[in-house]
Amino acid sequence: MKNAEIHETAAAPQFRPERGSRLIRQIAKRYDLYLMLLLPIAWYLLFHYGPLYGLQIAFKNFAPGKGILGSSWVGLEHFKRFFDSYYFGRLLWNTLSINLISLLVAFPIPIMLALLINEIRSKTYSKLLQNITYIPHFISVVVIVGILTVFLSPTGPINTLIQALGGSPTRFMESAGWFKTIFIGSNIWQNMGWQSIIYIAGLSGINPQLYEAAKMDGASRMRRIWHVSLPGIVPVIVILLILDIGQFMNIGFEKILLMQNNLNLEASDVISTFVYTTGILKGEYSYTAAIGLFNSLINLTLLLMVNRFARKTSETSLW
Amino acid sequence: MPKEAIVKGPSDERWFDVLVYFIAAVIIIIVLYPLVFVVSASFSDPARVLNGEVWLLPKGITLDAYNNILHNDKIWIGYRNSIFYTVVGTLINITMTLLAAYPLSRPDLPGRKGLMLIITLTMFFSGGLIPSYLLVKNLGMVDTMWALIIPGAISTYNLIVMRTYFQSSIPWELQEAAHIDGCSNWRLLISIILPLSKPILAVMVLFYAVGHWNSFFNALIYIRTEDLYPLQLVLREILMISQSAGVDGGNVGMEEKILLSESIKYAVIIVSSLPVLIMYPFVQRHFVKGVMIGSIKG
Repeated sequence: MKNAEIHETAAAPQFRPERGSRLIRQIAKRYDLYLMLLLPIAWYLLFHYGPLYGLQIAFKNFAPGKGILGSSWVGLEHFKRFFDSYYFGRLLWNTLSINLISLLVAFPIPIMLALLINEIRSKTYSKLLQNITYIPHFISVVVIVGILTVFLSPTGPINTLIQALGGSPTRFMESAGWFKTIFIGSNIWQNMGWQSIIYIAGLSGINPQLYEAAKMDGASRMRRIWHVSLPGIVPVIVILLILDIGQFMNIGFEKILLMQNNLNLEASDVISTFVYTTGILKGEYSYTAAIGLFNSLINLTLLLMVNRFARKTSETSLW
Repeated sequence: MPKEAIVKGPSDERWFDVLVYFIAAVIIIIVLYPLVFVVSASFSDPARVLNGEVWLLPKGITLDAYNNILHNDKIWIGYRNSIFYTVVGTLINITMTLLAAYPLSRPDLPGRKGLMLIITLTMFFSGGLIPSYLLVKNLGMVDTMWALIIPGAISTYNLIVMRTYFQSSIPWELQEAAHIDGCSNWRLLISIILPLSKPILAVMVLFYAVGHWNSFFNALIYIRTEDLYPLQLVLREILMISQSAGVDGGNVGMEEKILLSESIKYAVIIVSSLPVLIMYPFVQRHFVKGVMIGSIKG
């Protein structure tokens, strides 16, 4: 960014003329750059800002025949209906708990994996570990849930093992009690390797003399990890934590939808899947647009709060 | 590498190495085991898989499941469609991302900050599922292949990665010199920037292509006609919908059907993941590079 600013001032003297027309000339001289931007910016306005405009149906009784503008205003009625509905408590609880547990359990694991990889002396072995843990990242979510289904089925290897040990088979995929464990566990399995890449890069940037000095002072390897490696990647951890929280209410929606069935609905019904089933499948557009807006607002609030907190406490933040 | 030598040096605390290697081995087994199991099961006699006899190596080796897939039209149509969505979609993705990323990387573009703001804001707040769906519906794209290509034409994250690459890896002096020689911006982009951007273009193609190949949700909401189903949607039917049939089916007549659908599941997982997994060893380095460039911006 700094570099860019320097260039900007360096480039300016080329276009010296009177102040008013200078900008116009600068723009005119680069009309072809704007021509390139025409399509992408039009796309952004249509596909990202168009839905923002359409969001007004959250405050209306949208009827497809009347269009967005023609539908009548109803104020906050849809929000009230949602807050009073039987499902509200369950949806909010499931959404918050799944994401909170994910954050507490799944977020630290790639960090630990990176620290582990950093301690491996053999280059071949460390590359092997990295390349193997990246593989699941490239498997589609449909296939992941497919693997879970066959793996955890009453006749799958897990249940075979349970029976061999004298237990009785469990229908994991149809159990509300197991849902969150399976969901988060398989997320970790799929993503820990990929998410560790950034931390590994951060660790390789730490000045080796710090380790040397710590060693001189008699720090054990565990202590060196704790006092040298970990502090070295704290800025990366903070940024990724903020970004994760920015997606807090949306994590894993597609996978939850695929894993959902009538028997585990008690634990798997979250706001985003409810919006899909009630909005797209049953056509209650206004009601679910309001629910979606509620979801986005919580998300945005969390992001702003965490970013602010991070800026105050650690000097690292998104902006 | 001298750095290695300093950091890792002569081994102190041998037990620590043993522990590290042990944990690493456990992780490798945990990650690989489900994959190995699916591969083995796909080559095994389905009855023996259902009996829980297969746990590591195939038992009663047979290619029946793969044979079955070969004669399944739905899977082939899905394959064909997915290839189409991936190729055309990625082409459009790359063009659009390039057209946005290059001008926005130019330090001399008036209004650059404002335009970047318009773009980055969309990462943090969106209209949500329903308004987006209604928009696509109003544009008449529902149940056409465009619904899977146009609404996702640009990924903002990829755009930022590409822009960062242009800013950090292509010297601005070079572009200025070309300008002085009377080179237009279009020619600059095509004959100077593009040839210098092969690494980032490779990364982008991979990110977008894998995304297209693996995506199912847009097809789920926008596509009704089975002839337009991408492979992942066909897969979903085979893997998840036949599963609920298995739950209900207690009677004897169903048994053969369950056996058949059971055997095809494993093979279908392999067949659908094959393109990505075959490609994986070759492109893995590029993916990693993409993540790194992305992290520069922070």
